[in-house]
Amino acid sequence: MLDTLRTLMLTFLHAFQRRVTVQYPEEQPYLPPRYRGRIILSRDPDGEERCVSCNLCAVACPVDCISLQKAEQDGRWYPEYFRINFSRCIFCGFCEEACPTYAIQLTPDFEMSEYARPNLVYEKDDLLISGTGKYPDYSFWRVAGVPIPGKERGESAHERPPVDLHSLLP
Amino acid sequence: MTPLPLLSILLTPLIILALATLLTWVERRLLGLWQDRYGPNRVGPGGLFQAVADGIKLLFKQDWIPPFADRGVFVLAPVIGMMTVLMSFAVIPVTALSGIAGNLNVGLLFVLAMMGLGVYAVVLAGWASNSKYALLGGMRAAAQMISYEVFMGISLLGVVMTAGSFSLYDIVTAQTRMWFVIPQCVGLIVFLLAGIAETHRLPFDLPEGENELGAGFHTEYSGMKFGMFFIAEYAGIVLISALVTTLWLGGWQGPVLPGIVWFALKTGAVVVLFILLRAALPRLRYDQLMALGWKVLLPLSLLNVTATGTVLMLRSAG
Repeated sequence: MLDTLRTLMLTFLHAFQRRVTVQYPEEQPYLPPRYRGRIILSRDPDGEERCVSCNLCAVACPVDCISLQKAEQDGRWYPEYFRINFSRCIFCGFCEEACPTYAIQLTPDFEMSEYARPNLVYEKDDLLISGTGKYPDYSFWRVAGVPIPGKERGESAHERPPVDLHSLLP
Repeated sequence: MTPLPLLSILLTPLIILALATLLTWVERRLLGLWQDRYGPNRVGPGGLFQAVADGIKLLFKQDWIPPFADRGVFVLAPVIGMMTVLMSFAVIPVTALSGIAGNLNVGLLFVLAMMGLGVYAVVLAGWASNSKYALLGGMRAAAQMISYEVFMGISLLGVVMTAGSFSLYDIVTAQTRMWFVIPQCVGLIVFLLAGIAETHRLPFDLPEGENELGAGFHTEYSGMKFGMFFIAEYAGIVLISALVTTLWLGGWQGPVLPGIVWFALKTGAVVVLFILLRAALPRLRYDQLMALGWKVLLPLSLLNVTATGTVLMLRSAG
């Protein structure tokens, strides 16, 4: 009996406590920087696409929502098309973990509702952003030992010039 | 008698229905308040039109009668539920002037009779649905409401004895010097509990217990027929609150403010108490419900009658 009255009292006192609801559209919740939301493709500090279309993200994706096609230009690989079907995406972040070049990243944004389902299929134009995302300094082509226009073999960061096999000098 | 009897006959049900609809919103907002959230606050000012939106939704839903149901009774049950509650309001004296049926000399008995008939709505709904959960809910309702009806009547006896009348108007005027809530507090507690069981509200909502019976007696109902049960339940809350106000809290009497405001305030407070009970207390088990009814509340109300009678006898003798 007294317990019941105490319960009533405690419940009533909750009227004077702060409400926990976040009034969403007016009041935006805080999303941490590593929140797993909308997926983007970032660019390296030089403004070039980071993606080298290695397909690791597509392989890692448990719901097979990523589709891409490799193309090649002057020794650089890039995706001819890169397509994420967000109606299948489960925002697990495995693609980001699999990516060797920090190209694919998840962002703190989830407001991607659409009225028509096909609009949830994002093409490369929709995914590419102009910035570097979470890794401002990394550039795959600067550290990779692959010659590209403007960078010969041996000129990459942390790379020594190649050994001349025909020379007798040490 | 009110000045315009026909008008008030037409208006009162409308007002009560509007109030009951509004109460669905009030309840949800208050539950939200006590559970540290907001509740419906989007439609209209403070979410006020949520009730209207829900009503429109119910109206446009398919009004489905299951092929296995007993059609006639199935349709009749919600009507009975609605009608008995609305009829009871006829004798409630909202102010010194009003009350549709005027000063009915057996007003209280009329209300009790209507509530007794209200049991049929639930029982028939459970029976006519011809489905297991509905039947279980209906059976529970029958047992619960009949056993709580017994001491609901007895708990009122104290008030009737003190006031010396069955007329609700006379009972209110008998409280001019002191509200019956003080001498008859035991009766009030018993009546409140019986009233909760009667309107099958939490913590006594076993007839509809969502988690074990689906929705109990109205499992098979949809559309506006469900809506009628729903609204009848809320109108029932208003009715019980109005009765508590009339019988224990001095009805329309109060200083400064006009009578109708006092009546509304007191009724509103009891309604809020109803909602608070729902917000705070878990549903009882069925045997606990029955044990509480027969082993605690019935003896308590009988004791109350005995004590009241003794006091009255001594007073009239001395």
